[in-house]
Amino acid sequence: MFSHLSSGKLNFSILKESARRELLECLDRCVGTKALIWDDNLTGPFGLIAEYALLKEHDVTRMFPLKPGHLPQTTVQNVVFFCRPRLALMELIAENVLKEEAGAGSKKEFHVFFVPRKTLLCERKLKELGVYGTFATIDDYSLEMYPYDSDLLSMEMEDSFKDCTLYEDYTSLYDCAKALMTVQALYGVIPYIHGKGQHAKHVCDMVLRMRLELGGTEVQIVPQIDSLLLLDRSVDLLTPLATQLTYEGLIDEIFGINHTIVQLPPEKFASSSEAQGGASAFSTELRKIVLNSGEELYAEIRDKNFNAVGQVLSRKAKAISAQFEERHGAKTVGEIKKFVSKLPYIQAAKESLGNHTSIAELVKEVTDSSEFVGCLHTQQEFMNGVDTDKVHPYVEDCISKQDPLTKVLRLLCMQCAANNGFKPKVMEFYKQEIIQTYGFQHAITLNNLEKAGLLRVQGNKTYPALRKGLRLIVEDVSEQNPTDASYVYSGYAPVTVRLAQFLARPGQGWRSVENVMDLIPGPKIEVAQEIPAGLKKKRRLTLDNL
Amino acid sequence: MMSIIGSWSPLGLGKNVFYSKSDLYSMHWADLVDLSKVNIAAASYGGPIAIRRDDSKITKIQGSTKKVIFIFSAAGQKISQFVWNSGCVIEFSWSSTEDLLCVQDDGQVLVYDIFGTFKRVFSMGQEAKDTGIIECRFFTTSLGTGLAVLTKSYRIFVVNSVENPTIRRLAEIPGLNAPPSSWTVFNLERQTRAIVAKNADIFLLNQGGQCQDQYPAFTQAGQFITEMAVSVNNKHLALFTSSGTLWIGSSDMQTCDCEFDTKCLQRPQQLMWCGTEAVVAYWDKLLLVIGSHKEFIHYAYHEPVYLVPEVDGIRILGQTLHELLQKVPESVMDVYRIGSMAVGAILMEAAREFENGSYKADEYIRMIKDSLEEAVKQCIEAAGNIYDNTATKENQKALLRAASFGKCFAVDMNADLFVNACQLIRVLNAIRDTPVGIPLTHTQLQSLTLRVLIDRLILRRHYPLAIRICEYLKIPDCEGASRILAHWACYKVQQVNIPEEQLATAITEKLGNTAGVSYAEIANKASDCGRTQLAIRLLDHEPRASEQVPLLMKINRDDVALTKAIESGDTDLVYTVILRLKQTLKTGEFLMSITRIPVAYSLYLQLCRQQNRELLMDMFYQTDNFHEEAHCYIYNSYQQKSIDKRLADLQGAHDSFSKAKNDFMAKQVEDEMRLIRWQCEQERKSEKPYLDLSLQDTMTVLLKAGLNKQAEELRKDFKVPDKRFWWIKIMALADTGNWQELDKFSKSKKSPIGYEPFAEVCLKHQNVSEARNKYIPRISSENKVKFLVKLGLLEDAAEVAFQQKRDEELQYVLAHCSPLKPNLVAKINSLRSQLTAKK
Repeated sequence: MFSHLSSGKLNFSILKESARRELLECLDRCVGTKALIWDDNLTGPFGLIAEYALLKEHDVTRMFPLKPGHLPQTTVQNVVFFCRPRLALMELIAENVLKEEAGAGSKKEFHVFFVPRKTLLCERKLKELGVYGTFATIDDYSLEMYPYDSDLLSMEMEDSFKDCTLYEDYTSLYDCAKALMTVQALYGVIPYIHGKGQHAKHVCDMVLRMRLELGGTEVQIVPQIDSLLLLDRSVDLLTPLATQLTYEGLIDEIFGINHTIVQLPPEKFASSSEAQGGASAFSTELRKIVLNSGEELYAEIRDKNFNAVGQVLSRKAKAISAQFEERHGAKTVGEIKKFVSKLPYIQAAKESLGNHTSIAELVKEVTDSSEFVGCLHTQQEFMNGVDTDKVHPYVEDCISKQDPLTKVLRLLCMQCAANNGFKPKVMEFYKQEIIQTYGFQHAITLNNLEKAGLLRVQGNKTYPALRKGLRLIVEDVSEQNPTDASYVYSGYAPVTVRLAQFLARPGQGWRSVENVMDLIPGPKIEVAQEIPAGLKKKRRLTLDNL
Repeated sequence: MMSIIGSWSPLGLGKNVFYSKSDLYSMHWADLVDLSKVNIAAASYGGPIAIRRDDSKITKIQGSTKKVIFIFSAAGQKISQFVWNSGCVIEFSWSSTEDLLCVQDDGQVLVYDIFGTFKRVFSMGQEAKDTGIIECRFFTTSLGTGLAVLTKSYRIFVVNSVENPTIRRLAEIPGLNAPPSSWTVFNLERQTRAIVAKNADIFLLNQGGQCQDQYPAFTQAGQFITEMAVSVNNKHLALFTSSGTLWIGSSDMQTCDCEFDTKCLQRPQQLMWCGTEAVVAYWDKLLLVIGSHKEFIHYAYHEPVYLVPEVDGIRILGQTLHELLQKVPESVMDVYRIGSMAVGAILMEAAREFENGSYKADEYIRMIKDSLEEAVKQCIEAAGNIYDNTATKENQKALLRAASFGKCFAVDMNADLFVNACQLIRVLNAIRDTPVGIPLTHTQLQSLTLRVLIDRLILRRHYPLAIRICEYLKIPDCEGASRILAHWACYKVQQVNIPEEQLATAITEKLGNTAGVSYAEIANKASDCGRTQLAIRLLDHEPRASEQVPLLMKINRDDVALTKAIESGDTDLVYTVILRLKQTLKTGEFLMSITRIPVAYSLYLQLCRQQNRELLMDMFYQTDNFHEEAHCYIYNSYQQKSIDKRLADLQGAHDSFSKAKNDFMAKQVEDEMRLIRWQCEQERKSEKPYLDLSLQDTMTVLLKAGLNKQAEELRKDFKVPDKRFWWIKIMALADTGNWQELDKFSKSKKSPIGYEPFAEVCLKHQNVSEARNKYIPRISSENKVKFLVKLGLLEDAAEVAFQQKRDEELQYVLAHCSPLKPNLVAKINSLRSQLTAKK
């Protein structure tokens, strides 16, 4: 089930295994049957670490989401809470515990594990609420990163950008530094750290400091990671606003991928559910599909521009039917046996192809719509720096038509980023339009966007120079057989990607784009961490083997 | 070579078992100590020796009536002395951590370190205190050193570890009404047992409260047991009887190895095991080594001596001498025994001949060429085991030279063994050296472990030697050098006669940034000694904020603590200090100090945001942050239930925006208030809900209800741009299916947004004919084809495209043609060819 984690350059199974082990240790500390109460934000990511069957083996009989009010009726001996260290959650937990205790004859033991670590504030809150003493265990489950795929770990901290930019609360950066220490403990000290931005600098400083704190007690492992690149989101505020155009990106834009799972309307998938039994064909429940590189076809098409996906799918379809045809060629018993042995593989490939063809159809319905095309057209104008300094008629129309606010704000912030801010008049016009159309409560939304730097009054015009200097716009990129990263946005490459590419240039690094680097806000980081002589790799370290 | 064998004595004939005596030190304590008049406690593993005047041997120490306890190193060098002014000591001994345990007759046990500094005291219980103690025994357990006391009521109480004394009473011995004739305590398989002899009866007591009679096999029954000894490994037992018989057997008394007649009825002054194969009994100046087959060796001394048991032998302390008596280790015997044909002995011979330049070297090597590795190993082992106390270390050198010589011929041999042995021998020689005075054998070091040895060097404040050993053996810094330096620094901060400034410099210079040194620990020590400034200076060097911050708070340096917490980036730590500041400071002072530090301020705001929004607003007010204050008002206005309160909050927001000189937002708030009032008014009139709708939604509702006048009123009042108003109206009319009105509206005046929106809403509501007839003609030519295609009017689209002579639009139409309509496809293709033909 998790084989895809070990297929990359770094074996993430190690990380997952250590997370699993720690989870089970936590569970085993609560002797007897258990009900787990989950902080909603954790259930999804936890699925990436341990499956229900495993939890069952460790006496977990029930699982519930953390909700206000009464705990559901159970006969378990232990109630175990897993939650992030949030004060609001403490109130829910306290309510649960107090109501359960008030019930007659309750002999349950309570435990709480904070992910990734408990905080003083939460403990104080529990004390304030008068339940601190009720818990048999109050401890950490230091799960900092969730392995998504062979090349992707996520910390699942959706509020990080908000906390850092709106409230100057850098707790998430501290967690990030801690996580990087975990990475270094598992995969060796990373020799080179590069980065850009205030927050990246903060994280880098903390990592260096934590290593110092470790003193001589560091685990001695030959470094498996050559280089670490830390980038602030503020380095590139434009890209995440643009509509993603890769296959995976579009699935996410349209249906939303959460913890590698997408939920889709079931109609298109009738054929495969028929295979499982006729009854479910009528189900209206959303169909869940797991998307990760463990699936061969998906690994091939996930990062392709959507316009190139159709080709691959039709090629695959031909290949599979050709494989089926082989059965006619199989004459001898041996040949037939060989064919039969390939059948499960062909079946799986066929099912996978069926699924993705259906998904692609669903996606295409959207991408063919005139709204999608119009929006994309406007986005590309902005990326190219066309008509960014005036009120844009398309955006204006969108507001008038009361298109979804998120769509409007994305376009607006994109225009703002490409123009390095609006003239005061333009800004005020947009603001008033939004307040009048979507309601006055969005005065707060707009204020937050301003604080985050997503909306601002015009500053130095750096975007054109950045666009040229980092070659963000590539006119003639092929979507089918791309030679440049800009294919992902059909002709636009994100700043972050370009920074990584320039850094990886052997012998040059960022020196060749020094002027452009100065246009990006925040300090530049270039640090070499000392590696004990015995652990250095024999071969010369170059950045192109990243 | 002769000098080695010269000290060997055979135990039994023809058995190849020898006992040897090696000189360890010549003692220089003669002028301070008269061994015949003192009590001695010497720690095993070459540990310190404590000496106190023996009250029973009445003599006067010149000029002084105070009792003094002296502590010497094993080499006889004085480490410390201290005046004893507590109660009556009945016994004293060293614990496994080299603490001096002084047991008083009231059951109090006073603990001192080797520098005579009092550490702590513990009691052996109420009964021991009430009745008093007659005797006590020390024993070794897995937890450290244990202690057993015999009270005057003839009960035995034990603790298994003096570090963590939990008192247990052993079972009572039936009918015991006088002190036992002899007793001992030992710990075997985690069980503490006592063997008690009541004249001829022997009892085994265990922790479980059981008392068993024992009947060890004696050839002559009824002898009183007057002395007994258990071996260091607790497996063997020796019993001495009133008739002079020595019984040797297992400690469970099930097997008897032999009974030896010493021909001496007087019980020995000391009886103990030498290793595991022989028992040593000492009478006045006479030492007898007795093997388990009745063999014996007899040594005579010119002076009284005192015996100290070790794992592999015994040490003999005298007024001037200090010797080690042990069974000659096998490797040493193999190499040195006269006429030995062991491969190691031959290798030695070969090496010697080689040094003499003799060809015989080759012959000897040939003799052992098949077992060279073994020969080398024998020499290496012998070099480690031999106790070479001569200044030149000639025996060790000769053995290692031979090993090194032999190694040249054993090509494949791993050199680690040799290198490790050389290193270890060097360490052993260094610690045996008189100034240090820890005479460990190789076997003893293995049993003690290197880590404990380092601890003991630290305990004796031999810091430089300890560090050099760690560096030499490449022990990781965190277990070695760093740990030692930290101990050194902790010792240093206690030297109150040195100025703090000087100490801080000395410590930081020496420790620098050594990884793994806990400056916090040292600072804590300094703070315990009342040296706050020193503690602060030292804490500056502590890299771990989690250690630094709590200590800084402990010494009331909250300001520094806050700075350090912020530097660490650990927000939880910052909160720790903030909450403490909030507790200790007055509100005003707290606000002052927190607003000065942005990071702390932001975090405090974040806490307020989650816990207490009123406080949050107050903070903004205090700091003149009108912009944020205004937004707080807006936020609050949405929490209010009554309109008046809501409007009051908005008024607040308005005022704050004005103070912040944000006229635009002030105006927006004003508009909102006006809108709310208007909506209230409208609700009262129409009894339909309007509140909480945006301006746009309000107008949409009005237009849908046909209240055009009111919508118009709002449009003017709020200066809604024409374009948007047209959109609102078009959508409202289409949504209500009011096509007629829509048509009228489209003709009312020229649309500021063109006529595409009209077509679009028709399309949305699938009113194709309305779009085709009324609006398509009016939309701009470049959009016409697209709209016709959208409406599914492909033929019309093709016509228009053809009229406009646009081939790309014809292609566009073609792309939307279903192949099921071959006629249409054919038509478009013909139009295309006509178009190209014209060109």
